[in-house]
Amino acid sequence: MLFTQMTFQAAMPEYILAVVALGLVLMAAFTGESLGSRRLVKMIALVGYGFAFATTFILPSESQVIFLGLFKIDGFLVYMKGLVLIGAFFACWMVDEDWSDGVEKPEYQVLIMLATLGMLLMISANDLISLYMGLELQSLPLYVIAAMNTRSLKSSEAGLKYFLLGALSSGMLLYGASLIYGFSGSTQFGEIASSIAQNGASSGMIIGVVFLLSGLAFKVSAAPFHMWTPDVYEGAPTPVTALFAIAPKVAAISLLLNVTHFVFADIRLEWMQVIIALSVASMAVGAYGAIMQKDLKRMMAYSSIAHMGYALAGLAAGTQQGAAGVMIYMTTYIFMGAGTFSIILMMRRDGLPVQKLSDLAGFSSTHPYCAFGLMVFMFSMAGIPPLAGFFAKWYVFLAAVNAGLIPLAILGVLTSVIGAFYYLRIIKLMYFEDVDQPLDTNAPKENIIILTASLVVTGLFLFIIGPLREWTYFAATNFPISGAL
Amino acid sequence: MLSSWPILSIVTFLPLMGVLFILLASGNNKSSEHNCKMLTIWVSSFTFIVSLILYFGFDTTMAGYQFEEQVEWIAGSGISYHLGVDGISMPLILLSTFLTPLSILASWHSIKNKVREFMIAFLVLETMMVGMFASLDMMMFYLFFEGVLIPMFLIIGIWGGPRRVYAAFKFFLYTLAGSVLMLVGIMVMYLQAGTTDIPVLSDFNFPPQLQYWLFIGFFASFAVKVPMWPVHTWLPDAHVEAPTAGSMILAGVLLKMGGYGFIRFSLPMFPDASVYFAPFIFVLSVVAIIYTSLVALAQSDMKKLIAYSSVAHMGFVTIGIFTLNEQGITGAMFQMISHGLVSAALFFCVGIVYDRLHTREIDAYGGVADVMPNYAVFFMIMMLASVGLPGTSGFVGEILVLVGAYQASSLVAFFAATGLVLGATYMLWLYRRVVFGRAEKGEVIRMPVLNNREITILAPLTIFIVWFGVYPAPLLDVLNPVVALISEAVSNTQMATANIQ
Repeated sequence: MLFTQMTFQAAMPEYILAVVALGLVLMAAFTGESLGSRRLVKMIALVGYGFAFATTFILPSESQVIFLGLFKIDGFLVYMKGLVLIGAFFACWMVDEDWSDGVEKPEYQVLIMLATLGMLLMISANDLISLYMGLELQSLPLYVIAAMNTRSLKSSEAGLKYFLLGALSSGMLLYGASLIYGFSGSTQFGEIASSIAQNGASSGMIIGVVFLLSGLAFKVSAAPFHMWTPDVYEGAPTPVTALFAIAPKVAAISLLLNVTHFVFADIRLEWMQVIIALSVASMAVGAYGAIMQKDLKRMMAYSSIAHMGYALAGLAAGTQQGAAGVMIYMTTYIFMGAGTFSIILMMRRDGLPVQKLSDLAGFSSTHPYCAFGLMVFMFSMAGIPPLAGFFAKWYVFLAAVNAGLIPLAILGVLTSVIGAFYYLRIIKLMYFEDVDQPLDTNAPKENIIILTASLVVTGLFLFIIGPLREWTYFAATNFPISGAL
Repeated sequence: MLSSWPILSIVTFLPLMGVLFILLASGNNKSSEHNCKMLTIWVSSFTFIVSLILYFGFDTTMAGYQFEEQVEWIAGSGISYHLGVDGISMPLILLSTFLTPLSILASWHSIKNKVREFMIAFLVLETMMVGMFASLDMMMFYLFFEGVLIPMFLIIGIWGGPRRVYAAFKFFLYTLAGSVLMLVGIMVMYLQAGTTDIPVLSDFNFPPQLQYWLFIGFFASFAVKVPMWPVHTWLPDAHVEAPTAGSMILAGVLLKMGGYGFIRFSLPMFPDASVYFAPFIFVLSVVAIIYTSLVALAQSDMKKLIAYSSVAHMGFVTIGIFTLNEQGITGAMFQMISHGLVSAALFFCVGIVYDRLHTREIDAYGGVADVMPNYAVFFMIMMLASVGLPGTSGFVGEILVLVGAYQASSLVAFFAATGLVLGATYMLWLYRRVVFGRAEKGEVIRMPVLNNREITILAPLTIFIVWFGVYPAPLLDVLNPVVALISEAVSNTQMATANIQ
């Protein structure tokens, strides 16, 4: 039986999103582009995310493989799905219908939802075929929404650039997948793993792994596959950038973890070198690249590259502890990103969005609460205790040190000092300088709520780190990889 | 009865409670600003009074930790909420709680914009400082140690002088760069020992080879904080640009975090490495003392001069710590407390005249004794304490450090003593140029005498400086048992190493 109650239950969030997304397509087609229609679509989408998130709590936490081995679910994957859904919920909620940022079409929400569905499938992929399908279902809607603002040349450029480079990376990924299939004789993760366990890894297989990892590195925007990130972040409409910054990275890094720690657990010494190189390059590019930026969204792009570098440092450890570190890192990353972008979305002058760093001058005197929030997020991203970002760095670098990668950890903490410079620059603009031209003060309540929620998680993370650590360490035991906890 | 109360937690988090109250007091008018100031003063004074319980309830016959509190924090990972004080941390906590209300009082009129935010930053700073000295868990220690950066960065950057942005960034990035290396060290220790509990780690006996690396990691952090030559350059900038209250706390407490770190971590946890690196530290400290004293002589800015003198005085502290004998470490501790009081007072003295003339250039003054005689008296006491005149607290610390240093190396003692002479030179010269002479400049003649608020700040500082100079026993009694314990442990290692060789 292909469809049993078990398969129904295990893929619950995916079903919900698929049904809601398809329903919204019809609804959008009939109701048109009016404000009311957009409100309704957004409302239904939010309810859909909410339900999908609620069902993650009833998903099985022990490992299950369904749909003829295409789809897997376990505690780790459920956790990552929950994160993606939180991120998508925030990204969807943040878009104010009254603002025209070029995304004032009901299709926008539909596309986000389809992309989210793709992310969930990607996370659960247990086969090279379902991996690729999930990845593309995630990417294609994102290409479209990056170019959604047809009035803006930059948005079109962002979409085109993203699409071309994305297609290139998909090609690399496919090429790697075909090599892996050729040398192991199967597309299923479990069988690839057992083939490696029996026959060891041939050099063809390793070349395939490297190509596969390169394709995935593109999706997490790890250097040197990061070229698209600054342009897409800058050019895409801000709500789209917010989505890019929050959800897809989580899905991609989850897939990366799944592939490396599950499928290729036995040849970790091979892929570890690749991940270490990616990690070092991303940390360095992220830290240095951001220093000269004048555009806030561009700066956030480099910041996200750096964050991926830190997360990859945990991944490079190749242990369950490292996987747990990555989970903690992505948790904090989602909340810091959502909070930061909820503020960037509010940055408007006469109703038009502004995104220059210098527009933040004197932000603290016109928007004390938002400025305080942004300051907390910036300190947190810089890794200053007692905020969330510190604990995230602690757990990834702890795993790296435990795996003997002390130089990587030292490099990581030193680049985080360089990174602190540009985070501090934002605080300097907001607090140390006087207002030049004040920004609008009418902030939508959704953004304030998202800001507050993220602020609570980021600021009071020291109270939840205990249970979170236990939770993630338990979830990470799903990986059949050695390494002490 | 009191022993069942979590006194340390109360002292640590009382200021944060004050922040909550300030947040509740909304409004931006003058009266609400005044309320904020009053509230902050009361909260910080009350914190000081509560912290006195630590002193009076302290058992000076015990070397171990007292007032301990331990609660599980990150379950199952050996990281807990663990507070406690011994003879080393208790005086430093009292120093912090003592200086905070004085600093707030010192900024009563000089902080004009964003008063509420300033008070919040200061109370958060106090929590971080006290928490740092009270932590008996490395993770918590690091949390507070780094957390100090946030309020201090804002204090320098928002309420500082013209080059405040540069100074704030330099302060933050220097300190952070040092601290992250310590963080990697903490990770390694945690992975070795399975816990971040300081008492456990102190007895853990790390292998000597590892100790060297860990020592370097921790040294990077504490050397920047102390600050030691050649990573001291953030200090003059930070001091000059910070508002008076910021300078007082920076010199009074924040510099002590480095010295405290050496005594709390480096000596007991890495005894082999401490012995091994002691000559290296001596060289850096001697250079610091002589070089920065000479630099201080060349300064035309009062605050900068005192800032450089701080580097020199902290050089005595590091020499004292790494003599690894009882007199040296006791002297270093005593010097830290004394310097905390004296330098805070000196920075306030500069603040007093700065508030009147709005310049820190030494040449702008002259003949202040004619116009402000009581100021001249206070300034003289502070200046002489800084020089180390017998009868002031500065003397006790310096003589103990020199006695200790002489046992370790007479050469080091000789150079350190040279520093004393230089110290006397630049301080006396500063005093002569500012206070003596004839008041000729119009603005100087019109300077009003000290008001009650300023006397209220200077008087308690003077009392303690003279008291500790004449009768140092209360402080020495607290220090002796634990210092004996630490130096004994280190000298045992020293002998063990000698036996092997």
